[in-house]
Amino acid sequence: MTPALETRAVTRDYDVGATFFGKRRVVHALKGIDLTLERGKTLAIVGESGCGKSTLARIIAMIDPPTSGELLIDGEPIDIAKHRVTSDQRRKVQIVFQNPYGSLNPRQKVGDILTEPLLLNTPASAAERRDRAMGMLQKVGLTPAHYNRYPHMFSGGQRQRIAIARALMLNPSLLVLDEPVSALDLSVQAQILNLLADLQDEFGLTYVFVSHDLSVVRYIADEVMVMYFGEVVEHRPRDAIFADPQHDYTKVLFAATPRADVASIRARLEAKAAG
Amino acid sequence: MSDRLEADSSTNPEAHLEEPTHLVAAAPPGASAMRMRAAVLAEFWHYFSQNRGAVAGLVVFLLLVLTALMAPVLAPHSPTQQFRDALLAPPVWVEGGSWKFILGSDPLGRDILSRLIYGARFSLFIGVVVVAIAVTGGILIGLAAGYFGGAVDVFAMRVMDIILAFPSLLLALVLVAVLGPGLGNAMIAIALVLQPHFARLTRAAVMSELRREYVVSARVVGASHLRLMFVTILPNCLAPLIVQGTLSFSTAILDAAALGFLGMGAQPPTPEWGTMLAEAREFILRAWWVVTFPGLAILVTVLAINLMGDGLRDALDPKLKRS
Amino acid sequence: MSLLEIENLRVTFDTSSGPFAALSGVSYRVDPGEVLAIVGESGSGKSVAMLAVMGLLPPSATVTADAMRFEGRDLLTMSAAERRKIIGRDISMIFQEPIASLNPCFTAGFQIEEVLARHTDLPRRARRQRAIELMQAVGIPEPKRRLASFPHQMSGGQCQRVMIAMAIACAPKLLIADEPTTALDVTIQKQILDLLMRLQADHGMGLILITHDMGVVAETADRVIVQYMGRKMEEADVLSLFENPQNAYTRALLSALPENATGTRLPTVADFRLAGEDA
Repeated sequence: MTPALETRAVTRDYDVGATFFGKRRVVHALKGIDLTLERGKTLAIVGESGCGKSTLARIIAMIDPPTSGELLIDGEPIDIAKHRVTSDQRRKVQIVFQNPYGSLNPRQKVGDILTEPLLLNTPASAAERRDRAMGMLQKVGLTPAHYNRYPHMFSGGQRQRIAIARALMLNPSLLVLDEPVSALDLSVQAQILNLLADLQDEFGLTYVFVSHDLSVVRYIADEVMVMYFGEVVEHRPRDAIFADPQHDYTKVLFAATPRADVASIRARLEAKAAG
Repeated sequence: MSDRLEADSSTNPEAHLEEPTHLVAAAPPGASAMRMRAAVLAEFWHYFSQNRGAVAGLVVFLLLVLTALMAPVLAPHSPTQQFRDALLAPPVWVEGGSWKFILGSDPLGRDILSRLIYGARFSLFIGVVVVAIAVTGGILIGLAAGYFGGAVDVFAMRVMDIILAFPSLLLALVLVAVLGPGLGNAMIAIALVLQPHFARLTRAAVMSELRREYVVSARVVGASHLRLMFVTILPNCLAPLIVQGTLSFSTAILDAAALGFLGMGAQPPTPEWGTMLAEAREFILRAWWVVTFPGLAILVTVLAINLMGDGLRDALDPKLKRS
Repeated sequence: MSLLEIENLRVTFDTSSGPFAALSGVSYRVDPGEVLAIVGESGSGKSVAMLAVMGLLPPSATVTADAMRFEGRDLLTMSAAERRKIIGRDISMIFQEPIASLNPCFTAGFQIEEVLARHTDLPRRARRQRAIELMQAVGIPEPKRRLASFPHQMSGGQCQRVMIAMAIACAPKLLIADEPTTALDVTIQKQILDLLMRLQADHGMGLILITHDMGVVAETADRVIVQYMGRKMEEADVLSLFENPQNAYTRALLSALPENATGTRLPTVADFRLAGEDA
């Protein structure tokens, strides 16, 4: 079976310091990323700020072109530097961003936000678009009453539901989630993670889940890919990587993650009392 | 626990859990769009009305609009009728004044009050037309420059810089000299001179909005360049443009008056305030009222509009909101 | 004697839609050398109390309390000048956004020395020397060179270290940290938390840590206060809170942690609220 997503030696360079007189300096944000992802699976891309995980997410979502290398969606090579993204390609991949306050147009009603993808990519009639948007609102746990409201009337969690609904309007097979729960409160984070799990079951979605939070990744991912300064340092199934991290950086990352279990609290308090 | 999602959507606990401070989130779920709009308007008025000067400016401006609309009813005489027997008649409270000419008459025996009332029409007309032309041009140039960047941006902005490098009135004067004197040409010239401010403002707003994720989101769902520029980005850039538009309104009136005064704007016998000043120039010492009242009319109008603009800025600029 | 004691604190904000109660009667107590964590989600009022103590709330806020004592001295009745002497020297605070909290126009060294100039009578040369020592204490490499750095030339973690250096410059008895690591990467977070805990233990400071992150609480706190919508839900020592939470909301928060997931779906706060209402 063709994989839902494949990248071959994808790189991305940025010019920085290219001022009027200054000499050009090139930053290699991605240094040759190879990955394949099976349909219906969740790949978590983990790393700290500046490791290139969001750059990779944007390339997969066909927002930015790679500097070199190949991107294949459902086995079809895609080169947005040469050809404009077609409606068919767009329908396969959609993205949800981290900040639900920035990713919704403040001057657009929820209904318009949700129907815009259909308006631009399908011949669906106005009534049909409206029906599908209403249906999607309910799928993501909102109500048709929310259709005519503006984004600022919603809480962060509800906005993220709207952003997810918009991403699903075109029935994509691959959803790129760029830190979708990092800006949310803990209790809301749980609701959104549940929603994502439900939607994955219902539509057979493939997820690329970018995150810095290992506890979230451990909960949602099938495979984990750890990135460090534009390179993949470790890419293995979730259980394997959490049970036995191989690379030094992965070990550092795991060790730095706070532990909220009773045993480690007890150990800490005992060490403190002894010290 | 299987129907967790249904449970949380029906009771809608999130709105309740997060940001209880939010102004509009507290509205009941069934509230109509009308009520929402009313709430937005109420919030706008809340901030606007805290600025006393702005409210005063608004009142004066509304009175001015009313005066302009009702000019034929309000004016005691025709603005161009010459009373040959009453040249340079003084205002009513000065010795020798009469109720026939409340603010006195000019060297040709025309009633100053009537001319001022009709002049309000010209001033408002000038303001509206000039701002409309300047805003339209400025938005188009600024939007293109901010959105496409690169060479388009450099070219457009350097042209704007050149326009801004001239003293505005001087440039307007040169343009009118080329186009020929007259109110229409004066308005075009002033609009051209004011337009770079809008272009720069739009460009700056577009560039900051362009980085926001909702623009990227619209791109991901396939919005074209034109749709991104006009439907997605532009509505979010309007607040500073509205404020600048109000302030430019007064600049336009002022510049038109100045051009009129220099003989390059509206031509006599048009009762335009600046032209009135120009015609009365030589009588300043003999009959103070012929210059004082048109001057005061300009002063009050410009002041009122500027005060209103400040209030608008307070109410619309999110950076100045709240302590 | 407690270091800081606040009884029945209420904070109300005037908004365009009427008064809004951010805190409705919460009491706090910190002992010398103790680490107190205040946990809550957005809107819980977790930051408001400490901002009220520091006098950092905007004028639209109304603060009332039955008592507010620092080392037994009443903060409510003392003069503004006396209060200023305590705040900044005996109580200091660090914030979430380290880069934004530093003044971008001045070097790190200047900003540390300024704190020393205001609260001590050290001469100029001694202030410089002390600034270098402080930067060493918070683990900034090459402190002499770093004194001349501007905030934008440093990483977020380093800026937070400078903030901490400024906060401990006058050896405060109480340090308030408002989400000190939220803007930082996990590995940097670990370093900053370790640093805070080491400084706290070395100086015997009281430390109030305001956070939304249960993991941070588990790694640092002695005692925990859980807040929700301006009210205190639970107050307990850290072990009993995690082992045996008494309040339904605390239980909800703990079970919403992805690492505590047992099935394929996470329990959410809504479940607990509904369950509580049914019972």
